[in-house]
Amino acid sequence: MSADDHRVTPPRASATFDAHAIAEIQRAAATGIYDIRGFGAKRKLPHFDDLLFLGASISRYPLEGYRERCGTDVTLGSRHAKKPITLQIPVTIAGMSFGSLSAPAKEALGRGASLAGTSTTTGDGGMTAEERAHSKTLVYQVLPSRYGMEPDQLRKADAIEIVVGQGAKPGGGGMLLGQKISKRVADMRTLPEGIDQRSPCRHPDWTGPDDLEIKIHELREITDWEKPIYVKVGAARPYYDTALAVKAGADVVVLDGMQGGTAATQDVFIEHVGIPTLAAIRPAVQALSDLDMHRKVQLIVSGGIRNGADVAKALALGADAVSIGTAALIALGDNDPRFEEEYRKLGTTAGSYDDWHEGRDPAGITTQDPELTKRLDPVAAGRRLANYLSVLTLEAQTIARACGKSHLHNLEPEDLVALTVESAAMAQVPLAGTNWIPGKT
Amino acid sequence: MDAALASRNSVLDLAQMSLREVNQLLHDNRSGDFLIRNPRGAHALACGLDGDLNVSIDGHVGYYCAGMNKRAHVTVNGNAGTGLAENMMSGLVHVTGDASQSAGATGCGGLLVIDGNASARCGIALRGLDIVVKGSVGHMSAFMAQAGSLVVLGDTGDAFGDSLYEAKLFVRGTVKSLGADCIEKEMRDEHKAALRQLLDAAGVKADVPEFKRYGSARKLYHFHVDNAGQY
Repeated sequence: MSADDHRVTPPRASATFDAHAIAEIQRAAATGIYDIRGFGAKRKLPHFDDLLFLGASISRYPLEGYRERCGTDVTLGSRHAKKPITLQIPVTIAGMSFGSLSAPAKEALGRGASLAGTSTTTGDGGMTAEERAHSKTLVYQVLPSRYGMEPDQLRKADAIEIVVGQGAKPGGGGMLLGQKISKRVADMRTLPEGIDQRSPCRHPDWTGPDDLEIKIHELREITDWEKPIYVKVGAARPYYDTALAVKAGADVVVLDGMQGGTAATQDVFIEHVGIPTLAAIRPAVQALSDLDMHRKVQLIVSGGIRNGADVAKALALGADAVSIGTAALIALGDNDPRFEEEYRKLGTTAGSYDDWHEGRDPAGITTQDPELTKRLDPVAAGRRLANYLSVLTLEAQTIARACGKSHLHNLEPEDLVALTVESAAMAQVPLAGTNWIPGKT
Repeated sequence: MDAALASRNSVLDLAQMSLREVNQLLHDNRSGDFLIRNPRGAHALACGLDGDLNVSIDGHVGYYCAGMNKRAHVTVNGNAGTGLAENMMSGLVHVTGDASQSAGATGCGGLLVIDGNASARCGIALRGLDIVVKGSVGHMSAFMAQAGSLVVLGDTGDAFGDSLYEAKLFVRGTVKSLGADCIEKEMRDEHKAALRQLLDAAGVKADVPEFKRYGSARKLYHFHVDNAGQY
């Protein structure tokens, strides 16, 4: 018998029915319910990694990396607010609720943001004393649920953000399951303790762009026109949503791509609704430009920002600032390998933990369990966040200087090329080595 | 008009002053009686008040009149647009005519009295405010209402009390249909006493036994796939 007689066809996995798809079918068949999880889209998407900066050359000269200044400040809310806010860096902390996060985590976000000279943001459930006390600049969210909404908190805030949607679930409301509805969380939201809290997806007192304009007017009147008013949308129809937000009177548009995180939503929602951050920026900037509002109404982009290159690329495409949520939690200590043993007990591993809705976070961040929350030292975690924000800024400055820019806002699409046809089309920059912009040239 | 010059019984004429000037003056005064003339359907009128003010508005108002009111007593001698007294915290808001959609939305405290009818979503996401509607209310009223009370002397539209939490609902007329997880409940003595108090506060002479009480069945407080068809 020859060796060839023993050859058999090796097992071949299906590209369509891959291991994850098969496991999900089996899980659905066993439980009868969809998967709920935190985090943002995990599938491979066109992203900032598909773009490259060109850097300076004979036709452009760079700035000295350690000698010449590259500005990073950004002013938000200059369109209508009497008191616009100025941040030292163009990286803000996205809205995340007390409830989804522990009190020490909210405090740590405020501490870290304040050390770095930027803002943090409330979430469903209103403002906690801890986050106000530790956040030099605090943005107060007005969400569809209005949980915890109080006029005194509006007045204590430095800016107001009307949340229409978020990138992880455009068209969906918040979700906070009973495990995390502690007495304090329940009291803040005027809900019975321990129930599953499913926030509405629409605002209770306005239903369209014309109403939104009047709603913004009311908030301005209540706060005597002092506060910048942001409008946050999940990336779906960025051109029209941006244009309508501007028309409604927003000072700032916050645009959250589908990689943006959530505390809890159906996996099918996270992975299949909305568009990638990369695809959303240029249409939003185009809307601002068409209305002669680019740089007058500021654009904050979020969803999948990880490093200074992402920051620089978002700004080069026309954003005025970026916002981070998932990355901020990781900087605080989420998914830290030192908790690997506990992650394994939860059926996951460090780096993949996304069951933030279950309230069993070993790092003490996405939980209300009193013992687990004690694990997070808000001072040390805040320091880590500040370090991370500093690195994001330094990295973005490094790239900007290499492109010859004396301020991060001087980065422009002309500094970028794309590695793939898809990213070239989405970002509207040339495919590397060509002058071809799909759909444009 | 300078805030310092405002005195009790001030007349604020929106034909002569801007909305901004009127609201700023009301914000700058923590007490006093004010009469607002010529509102002409203005939006966001007398919103964000925080003080022992008595504000009377002669005419119809637009959206969000008395929004987020604290302590003040605001009377609208006319009809009110969408979002009347939205997120009200305390005090009294009284409308002598009808109110449009989402009256008292997310209200946290105080008393809202509507002499006429209220449109859809009256008392949506109520969080402690008490509302008395002497006429009827539109569909989806008291949707997701968490706390507080809604008293309706007339009839309700469809899906009354849908996805209700712990708010208490009292209806004298006909309920067109109940929303998910909302059921008729026994009117116990404490409910009768609470209703009597609300009717008295609103100046209503109706008899308590004429009302039925509705509340949450609490079956949907925890998501279970077996209940998916009820949403």
